[in-house]
Amino acid sequence: MGTIALNSGLERTAFFYQSVVGKKVVMAVTGSVLCLFVLGHMLGNMQIYQGAEKLNNYAAFLQGLGAGLWAVRLVLLACVGLHILSAYQLWRLKLDARPTPYVKKATVATTYAARTMTWSGPIVLAFIIYHLLHFTTGQAHPDFRRGDVYHNVIAGFSNPAASLFYIVANILLAIHLYHGVWSMFQTVGVNHPRYTPWLKRLSKAYAWVIGIGNVSFPLAVLTGIVK
Amino acid sequence: MKIILNIWRQKNSSSPGKMVRYELGNVNEHMSFLEMLDVLNEELTRKGEEPVTFEHDCREGICGSCGFMINGIPHGPERGTTVCQLHMRHFHDGEELWLEPFRAKAFPVLKDLMVDRSAFDRIIAAGGYISINTGSAPEANSIPVKKQCADRAMDAAACIGCGACVAACPNASASLFVSAKIAHLGLLPQGEPERDRRAMRMVLKMTEEGFGYCTNTGECEAICPKGVKIENIAMMHRDFTRAVALFREESKAGGAG
Ligand code: FES
Repeated sequence: MGTIALNSGLERTAFFYQSVVGKKVVMAVTGSVLCLFVLGHMLGNMQIYQGAEKLNNYAAFLQGLGAGLWAVRLVLLACVGLHILSAYQLWRLKLDARPTPYVKKATVATTYAARTMTWSGPIVLAFIIYHLLHFTTGQAHPDFRRGDVYHNVIAGFSNPAASLFYIVANILLAIHLYHGVWSMFQTVGVNHPRYTPWLKRLSKAYAWVIGIGNVSFPLAVLTGIVK
Repeated sequence: MKIILNIWRQKNSSSPGKMVRYELGNVNEHMSFLEMLDVLNEELTRKGEEPVTFEHDCREGICGSCGFMINGIPHGPERGTTVCQLHMRHFHDGEELWLEPFRAKAFPVLKDLMVDRSAFDRIIAAGGYISINTGSAPEANSIPVKKQCADRAMDAAACIGCGACVAACPNASASLFVSAKIAHLGLLPQGEPERDRRAMRMVLKMTEEGFGYCTNTGECEAICPKGVKIENIAMMHRDFTRAVALFREESKAGGAG
C-alpha cells in the first residue's frame, strides 16, 4: 500500500467517510444531535399538562424565533439525512459482508435493541413523516387549527388508531435509543472501564424517560386525563 | 458417549456445500473436540469416505489456526476457549451438534470447515507492525512504559487472529481483530510514532477486504477465546478519526535520514 495523500479538505472527508469507521462516526454524531432534540422536544411538550395556554404560548414562542427556528430545522434535517444515508450504506455493506448465511447462528451478548436497529430506524422515520404531516403542517390531521397546538393534540389523539401508531413508534424509538445512546459513545471512542457501565445505564435511563414521556401524551388524551 | 454431528461438507471454494449427518458412538468425555473429529475422520477414512477438513496446529489454544461454529457460536459454547481446548465433557450423551465454517465474504470457504483467513495477513501487512529493525536486546529500562499501558497492550496482544470475532459479528466486522493490533502497538512507545498511519492504513485495508462495520453489539468480545475487549475498538475509532483529522503530508525538503 502506497502513501496516503490527503491534499484537500474534500479528500480528507472522502477518505474518512469511505471507511467503515467514518460512516459509523457520522451515524454517531448525527445520532447524538437527534437524541438531544428528542429529549428537548419531549420536555417542551410536557407543558401540555399545564394547560392549553401554556402549551400554545410555548408554540408561539418557538414560531417567534423565526430564522433561528429554521436554522435548527435545517440542522435537524441535515442530521436526519446523514443518519439515514450512512445507515443505508452500512446496511448494504452488512448484506455484502456475509453473502452466505449461517445454517445455525446463536447470539451470546446482542440485546434485542441492538438486533433491531435496522428495523426500528425506518419505522421511526415513517412515523416522523406522519408526525410532521399530523401536527406541524396538518395535512394528516382531521381538524387542524394553525396556532392552536393544544386543540390539535387533543383532537389528533382522540383517534385511537393515530394514538396507537404514536405509542408503537415511540416504543420503537425508545428501543432504538436503548442501544443507540451508549453506542454513540463507543463509536466516537469513549470507552473506559470506569465510565462505560455508567454510560450503559445512562443509555437505558434515557430510553425509558423518552419512551414513557412520549407515550404518556396519547395515553393522557385517550384516558381523558388531558382534555 | 454418543454424539450426533451435522457437519458442513463443501468440496472446494467454487462448489456448493451442505450439511451432512454423522453419528459417533464411541466418544470419550476426556477427548478434545478436535480429537473427537480425528476419531470421526479415521472412521470415514476406513470406510473410504473423504475425511472432514478442519484447520488446527498447536492444539493448545495459542496459534489461532482452529475455529469453526458449533451450534452457531464460534469455538463452541464454553467461554474463553478455542475449539482445540474444548473438551467433550461439556456436552451430554446423545447431543446433536451443528458444525459449520466461519462465514464472511472476506473469509471464503476453502473446504468443509476450513476458511481462507489471509485477509487478516493483508491487514497486518498494511500497518500492523513497527518499522524498527530488531537488533540485540536493548537495555530494559531505556524506554519507560507505564504499567497500565503495558497491561492493556498485553491484553490486546493476546489476540491469536483466529477470526472468531468476524464469525460472531452480525455484520462480519473485523473490528475486534484490527483494533487489538492497533491498541497493542499504539499503547507502547515503540509503536506510538506510527500510530496515526497505522490506524489509517489498517482501517482502510479492513474496509477494502470486505469486512463489515461495528454496531457495538459486543458479540465478538463475548465469544473471543482470548477475552479481547471492545474497548480496543473504541480506541481504533478514536485513533482513526484523529489521524484523518490531523493528517499532514511529510515534508519533501527535510528529514532525510
Ligand atoms: S489449534 Fe492452535 S489455537 Fe487451536
